[in-house]
Amino acid sequence: MSTTEIDRQWTSRLRKRVVGKLPPDKMLPDTQPAYVASWIYVFGVTTMAALFVVIGTGCILALDGPQWWHSSAFGHFINSMHLWSVEIFFFAMVIHLWGKFAMAAWRGGRSLTWVTGAVTFLVSILTGFTGYVSQTNFDSQWIATQAKDGINSTGGGAFFNVLNLGQMLMWHIVLLPIGAVVLTALHVVMVRVKGVVPPFEDNASEVSA
Amino acid sequence: MAHNWGLGALVNLDHYGHYLNWHFISISVSNLVVMILMVATFVAALFLPFPGRRSRKESR
Repeated sequence: MSTTEIDRQWTSRLRKRVVGKLPPDKMLPDTQPAYVASWIYVFGVTTMAALFVVIGTGCILALDGPQWWHSSAFGHFINSMHLWSVEIFFFAMVIHLWGKFAMAAWRGGRSLTWVTGAVTFLVSILTGFTGYVSQTNFDSQWIATQAKDGINSTGGGAFFNVLNLGQMLMWHIVLLPIGAVVLTALHVVMVRVKGVVPPFEDNASEVSA
Repeated sequence: MAHNWGLGALVNLDHYGHYLNWHFISISVSNLVVMILMVATFVAALFLPFPGRRSRKESR
């Protein structure tokens, strides 16, 4: 096979494009700009750390199911870990959102980074909601019966029935986590490609330079 | 039972929620506490010094 033919292969073209956009030292950098040394920059990675715990505890819950997590001490413990990691996840994500909003983090061609983050937030809310209605207890029954009227009033109830436990559980453990993880990965890749947004004064000098 | 674990909640959560009501606004105390904690954490993150920040600036 000639060099020209190899260059025309989709694998070669894709590899060159990916490495061009995101070389290894940019994907996994050794250092960050000095302005990143602030507590306000730690909430993004805190959110991701919490997401790892959410998924890990969720996988353990999936092994034995509701009868186990409602009736055994270890099941209660993992169930509580799942809940509290979700609390930390949203706590950190909202502070991350406030910080990035205040920094206008969509500056410098970072609009896709902002959009993927915002959509991840919305998908996470839906994941949290389907989790609440999948608990299989009186709390989940209460939440589902309260939510059904709101969702039915939008017409969405025909496709998304909060009283259907099987459907809600599948959304919670398959579709929405896939969406959240893929969007988070895209968000991180966008941060790597474009870099962390600089403070306003640095950005002004960057623009004027 | 979870109560036998010994590491129970620091605050007794085994009761009905407390709610604050003001006109049409009704909010649980726990939600309000979380919101206050979030704002406090946000403000602290803006103003608390980050470890090693000075040495990084000096080494620039």
